[in-house]
Amino acid sequence: MGRTVTGAQIIWEALIAEGTDVCFGMPGGAILPAYDALAKYKYDQQIKHVLVTHEQGASHMADGFARATGRVGVCIATSGPGALNLMTGLATANMDSVPIVAITGQVPISLLGRDGFQEADIQGVSLPITKHNYLVTNVADLGRAIKEAFYIARTGRPGPVLVDVTKDVQNAEVADFDYASIEFDLPGYKPQLLSADESSVARAAMLINEASQPVIVAGQGVSIAKAEQELRILAEKAQIPVATSLLGIGTFPATHPLSISWGGMHGEAYCNFALQECDVLVAIGARLDDRLTGAFDTFAPKAKIVHIDIDPAEMGKNLIIDTPLVGDALLTLRNLIPQVDPNEHPDWLAQIQEWKQETTDRDLLQQEEGPLNAPFICRQLWHMTDEGDATIVTDVGQHQMWEAQYFPHTKRRSLLTSGGLGTMGYALPAAIGAQMGCPQEEVWVMAGDGGFQMTMIELKTVAEQNLPVKIAIINNGFLGMVQQWQDVFYEQRYSGTPLRNPDFVKIADAYGIPGQLVSEKEDVEAAIRTAQQTDGPYLIEFRVPTEHVYPMVPAGKSNADMIRRPAPMMFHEDEE
Amino acid sequence: MSQQTDFEKHTMIAWMEDKPGVLNRVAGLFSRRNFNIESLTVGHSEQPGISRMTFVATGTPRDMRQIKTQLFKLINVTAVEDVTDRPAIQRELALIKVHADSNTRQEVVQLAELHQAEIVDVNIDSVVVQMVARPEKVDSLLTLMEHFGVVEMVRTGSVAMVRSEKTPPAYKQ
Repeated sequence: MGRTVTGAQIIWEALIAEGTDVCFGMPGGAILPAYDALAKYKYDQQIKHVLVTHEQGASHMADGFARATGRVGVCIATSGPGALNLMTGLATANMDSVPIVAITGQVPISLLGRDGFQEADIQGVSLPITKHNYLVTNVADLGRAIKEAFYIARTGRPGPVLVDVTKDVQNAEVADFDYASIEFDLPGYKPQLLSADESSVARAAMLINEASQPVIVAGQGVSIAKAEQELRILAEKAQIPVATSLLGIGTFPATHPLSISWGGMHGEAYCNFALQECDVLVAIGARLDDRLTGAFDTFAPKAKIVHIDIDPAEMGKNLIIDTPLVGDALLTLRNLIPQVDPNEHPDWLAQIQEWKQETTDRDLLQQEEGPLNAPFICRQLWHMTDEGDATIVTDVGQHQMWEAQYFPHTKRRSLLTSGGLGTMGYALPAAIGAQMGCPQEEVWVMAGDGGFQMTMIELKTVAEQNLPVKIAIINNGFLGMVQQWQDVFYEQRYSGTPLRNPDFVKIADAYGIPGQLVSEKEDVEAAIRTAQQTDGPYLIEFRVPTEHVYPMVPAGKSNADMIRRPAPMMFHEDEE
Repeated sequence: MSQQTDFEKHTMIAWMEDKPGVLNRVAGLFSRRNFNIESLTVGHSEQPGISRMTFVATGTPRDMRQIKTQLFKLINVTAVEDVTDRPAIQRELALIKVHADSNTRQEVVQLAELHQAEIVDVNIDSVVVQMVARPEKVDSLLTLMEHFGVVEMVRTGSVAMVRSEKTPPAYKQ
C-alpha cells in the first residue's frame, strides 16, 4: 500500500530500497529539499551520509565503494557547480565500468533553460561520460527513473548513471507511492546473462587446443562476472600462462606459477615478450586498450585472438578478433572449459621462464644498495600485509605502475586504480569509499605527491569519519611520470613538473591525523607497523629520489619497442 | 588509422524511443566516436513511441561495425540495421531553386521533367524544382541545374525501407 510522499522522500526511499546504506555527497540550494528529508532516514539508521569536502571526492568515493564491494556506489550533489564537480569521478567510473548512481539537484522547472543561478545542463554535460542519464521534471517519473538507474548501472557492462532532479520535483508530492511495485520497460536495454553461442565457443576451444604458445589476458570483466575460479581452472587445465590488464590485477593470483603479471606500456617486460610471441591470445573481460596493446597493428602479431566480452561493441574495436565471444565471462568459461583439452606447453612455459629470469636480473629490487625507492616500499607493504591481504588504492603515475609491478595481488578486488581515465586525485577519496564499504579491511592509499594534493582536502572526511585508512605518499618532488617523459622525449626540459610541496605530516597533523616522514629503507618496516597499529588513520610520507619506471613503451609504438631498464650494474657477479 | 581506399558507404536504419534528448545522444555518439555521417533523417515509425532514423555513414568496415554496435549500446536505441546489402528502397526529397529567366526557363523545366521532378514554384527569374528520388538521381539533376545557377537548395537526406514482408526489428530480441 502506498503513502503520500514528496520527491525528496522518494529519493531516499528508493536508495534504501536498492540496498544503499551509505552515500557520499554535499548539499546545496537545488538539492536542499532532499537533504532536509534525509534527517529522518539518518535518524532511523537506514542510510549513512558521508559529507565530502568537494564533490569530486563524492564521485570517487562512490567509485571506491563500488569497486571494493561490487555494489552500486551512490553520490549526491547540488545543481551547477556541485554536479559539475562530480563529472571527473563519473568519467573515471565510466571508463572503468564501475556502477554508480549519481543524484543531482537541478534548478526548478520554471528556471530551466533560463540560465538561472547555479544552472548547468548536467544531462548534456554527463551524456558522453555516463552509461545513461535522466532529467526528471515530473515527480511521477522520479521513482521509476531511480529504479531504472540502479538496474542500468549494475547490469550488463556496469557503469555510472546520473539522475538530475529539479528542485520542484523534490518538493512535489505523490499519492500512493510504493517503490516495490514500480515497473519499468526498457525496450532498448535487455542485458542478458548468457554464454557466448555454442559454435563460437567450439571454435575458441579448437584454437586453444591447437595452440602451442597460448596466453590468456584477464581483465576486470573476470572480476565483475565473478569468474576468477573458472579463469584459474581454464589456465591450469591447459597450462596457459595468464597475463592481466591493469584493472584485471587480482583476478588471477600474481604468485601463481602460471601468472605472467601484467603487460603493456609499463607492464613486465617478460609479459610483453609473451604477448608478442603468443600464437593464440584469449582475452577475457578486457577491452584491449592502447596502454595494453601499444600500436594496435603491432600487438601480438602472430596470434589468433579469442575475445570474450559482454559488450558487443568491444569486439574488433581496437584489434582484429579471430573469434569474438559475446557473453558473460562466467557462463562462457563454464561452457568453454569442458571443450578445452588438458595440455602442458612445456617449451613455451620454459621460454617464458627464461624471459622472466632475464627481467628479474634487471630488477631494481635486486639492488641492495641505493636510496629508498617506491618498489622497495611496495614490496615491504606486501610483506607486512600478510603478503597482500589488504586493499590498495593507488593514484595515477609512476607509483601506480610500481605498485602494480611490486605488490603481487592475490585477492580479488584488492587493487583499486583509475586505469582508463588515469585520474590523478583518485586514491584518497576512493579509499574512503572502499573503507566505508569494507570496514574490516586494511585499506591503504598509495599516492604520489602530485596526485595526493589534488584531493587531499578529503583528509577532513577521513578525520570526521575516523576511518582507519592508511596513507602512503611517495614524494619525489615531481610530477614523476611526466618528468620521466620529459627525460626520455623532451631532453630533460622539466616544464611544469617540479613541485614545491608542503610538509605532508604537518598537513595530516592539522586534521588530527598522526603520521611520520620516512627517508631511509631501514625505517620503512617500523613506519608501516606503526600505521597498522594505529586505530584510526595514519599518514607516511616517503621521500624518494626521482627514478624511471621500466619498461616503457613510447606512446604509439609497439610493445616490441619497449625501453628497458638500462642493463644493470647489478648482475649477480658473485654467483657466476 | 583507416586508409582512404577501404572506405565504404553504408545506409543504416536505427529505431529509438521517442524521448527528449535521444537525438542528442545519437548525434553526440557520432561526433565523440569520430564517425562520418553523410546524412541523417529522423521521424515517426509505425509504432507509437518509437522514432526511426535513416543515416548514411562512410568509413572502414571496422567503423561500420562500431557505428552499429555503439549505437545499439545506447539505452534508448531499440534496434539498428545495416541495409546496404539488402534490397532496400531509398528516397530523398530535394527542393532546388534554379535561376531561370525567359531564355532558360523552357530548358530547366524540360530537364526537370526528364528526371521525373516537379516544378513547384515559378518566379520571374527562378523556378523551384522538387525531386523525390534515389540520392544519386538527385545528384545528377543537381549537376545539371548548377549549369543554370542554383540559387538555393535543400535536401532531406535518405530514408530507406527494406523490400520484404519482414516486420521491422524495432525491438531488441
